[in-house]
Amino acid sequence: MDAALVLDLYRQMALCRRFEEAAARAYQQGKIRGFLHLYIGQEAVAVGAISAAAPTDYIVSTYREHAHYLARTGDARAAMAELFGKATGCVGGRGGSMHLFDASQRFLGGWAIVGGHVPIAARVAFASKYRGEPDVTLCFFGDGSANQGAFHEGLALASLWRLPVVFICENNMYAMGTPLYRTLSVQDVSVRAKGYPMESEIVNGDDVLEMREAVRHALDRVRKTNEPFFLEAKTYRFRGHSMSDPAKYRTREEVEEWMQRDPLSILAQRIETLGIATPEQLAQIDTDMKAVVQDAVEFAESSAVPAPDTVLDHVEA
Amino acid sequence: MSKPESRVLTFREALREAMVEEMERDPSIVLMGEEVGEYNGAYKVSEGMLARFGETRVLDTPIAEAGFAGVGIGAAMVGLRPIVEFMTWNFSLVAYDQLVNNAAKLRYMTNGQFKLPIVFRGPGGSAHALGAQHSQAVESLYAHIPGLKVVVPSIPADGKGLLKSAIRDDNPVCFMESETMYALKGEVPDGEHVLPLGVADVKRAGRDVTLVTWGKMVHASLTAAGTLAGDGVEVEVLDLRTIRPLDTEAILQSVRRTHRLVIVQEGWPFAGVAAEVIAVVTAEAFDELDAPPVRVTNLDVPMPYATNLEQLVVPSAERVGAAVRTMLGLVAPPAAKAG
Repeated sequence: MDAALVLDLYRQMALCRRFEEAAARAYQQGKIRGFLHLYIGQEAVAVGAISAAAPTDYIVSTYREHAHYLARTGDARAAMAELFGKATGCVGGRGGSMHLFDASQRFLGGWAIVGGHVPIAARVAFASKYRGEPDVTLCFFGDGSANQGAFHEGLALASLWRLPVVFICENNMYAMGTPLYRTLSVQDVSVRAKGYPMESEIVNGDDVLEMREAVRHALDRVRKTNEPFFLEAKTYRFRGHSMSDPAKYRTREEVEEWMQRDPLSILAQRIETLGIATPEQLAQIDTDMKAVVQDAVEFAESSAVPAPDTVLDHVEA
Repeated sequence: MSKPESRVLTFREALREAMVEEMERDPSIVLMGEEVGEYNGAYKVSEGMLARFGETRVLDTPIAEAGFAGVGIGAAMVGLRPIVEFMTWNFSLVAYDQLVNNAAKLRYMTNGQFKLPIVFRGPGGSAHALGAQHSQAVESLYAHIPGLKVVVPSIPADGKGLLKSAIRDDNPVCFMESETMYALKGEVPDGEHVLPLGVADVKRAGRDVTLVTWGKMVHASLTAAGTLAGDGVEVEVLDLRTIRPLDTEAILQSVRRTHRLVIVQEGWPFAGVAAEVIAVVTAEAFDELDAPPVRVTNLDVPMPYATNLEQLVVPSAERVGAAVRTMLGLVAPPAAKAG
């Protein structure tokens, strides 16, 4: 096993975790406003998946996308400044938490209408295919998307036109405050893939190495078959749907049980078992990431708000 | 005449009371939407309603706006009276086809064979830093469509009275609330309180300028009117309450007294409700006007997240006040610039 790679995955997940803990604090202090949807508990999905992709593969995500953005760009400053609504944010303070984008790194959002971005991912893949480019689009969405028309239409077109997309369902078992069994007529979202049809697989989304391997396999298949692939990552969000959701619909026992499967702990344990690093070395990584996040917070705090005379910019090209 | 007894309720309580009273009265009414049941409503408007009416009448739906809006329309075609809650009107755009192509057209294209007693309701407009996809005031989009009624209440009492009428109406009604107003308190009359659709209300009487507005902007307008009164300017604030049908007579009556018209509208200026109000007034009362009508609206941009920019985009009491002062020649018009 590639020790440097494994430690890098750990570093990335720790960055996501510390970033969002800091964001939650800033939200409580009123420095971040609007909606803030935390990804804590699901980090292995984004980090594992995006580590398996080429830097030229496209990423399309939802409003719960801080970790996807960090896994692709590594730019905690631009992300935090965006959450703070500052001019130095990745979209100049226009988007906020739900709308992170970075065209230069092929990070294509940051979309806040559930399921609405799934056809967009298909269309990005259409462009790659049209131009004969090898790039694949990774499309992330939650289990709550699986009943939306746009979700089905996006998958139907991707299959019909054989578009290079890996659809990655992050099944955290709750569509906002409603458990899956009350909102979905099937147990596994990936069942839906069969009808379009497309190849599918279920993966443990709490294990970053499994996640990475599954996405590597999926990308291989897409590049080989020129057809889309559907991956369902089973995972759990430790926090509420957003900062304003106390998540009373889950028992404490249930949350605690899942927290036993914290993706960071799972990887830490594996690293120690394999002798890749000591607990002290992992603690150092964590300390380093806290410093990166602290720097990002200070950067965000000290940055200027967007200039008022730019408010009309960019409505049209 | 003695004033009827009343209680102070929040907006959300008033809306809930309307739904509960109507559901008690008429078993054909059902409520459906995302998180309306076990979660007690994303904004707690439907709190306690699942416990009261059970899951056959209070239905949690998946995130499938086109689906559940369509289910509601089908149910209304054959005799139920659904209330469909959108978690926000921004999400109604996912179901726009159902509302515009199906709900609005049905009665006309069946030569009146069907009536469609259905209410679509939920919060809309901006609500503090929710960004471009969650901050849209969509009343102009829906008011454009013949076959839909559009209601935007500004105070709890109106919310209750108008929602009861909307539920009893045999047409599809788009009922638009505001996240930022659910906790707003106001007197609500005891007992049966039903207000007719299509009737505007003077929220503040005045002789100098008519401010036509609705929903959340009523409050910005009232604040501006209070400030202007300090300078001896008496502004009349006319709350449309219902956008469609539009109470043109109330607008014209007010303008015939004040001879000046300002419309305060959250949402974009282009082809919006404010433009319709100006069209009505210039067509029907052109000679009454002492000044060209003025619109105070959102800036013509998607909503930015950053709070300082958002505050520039949404009409404020200051912008309303400045528009009135400019119209009256009390200040020079602002130099051409953003805003």
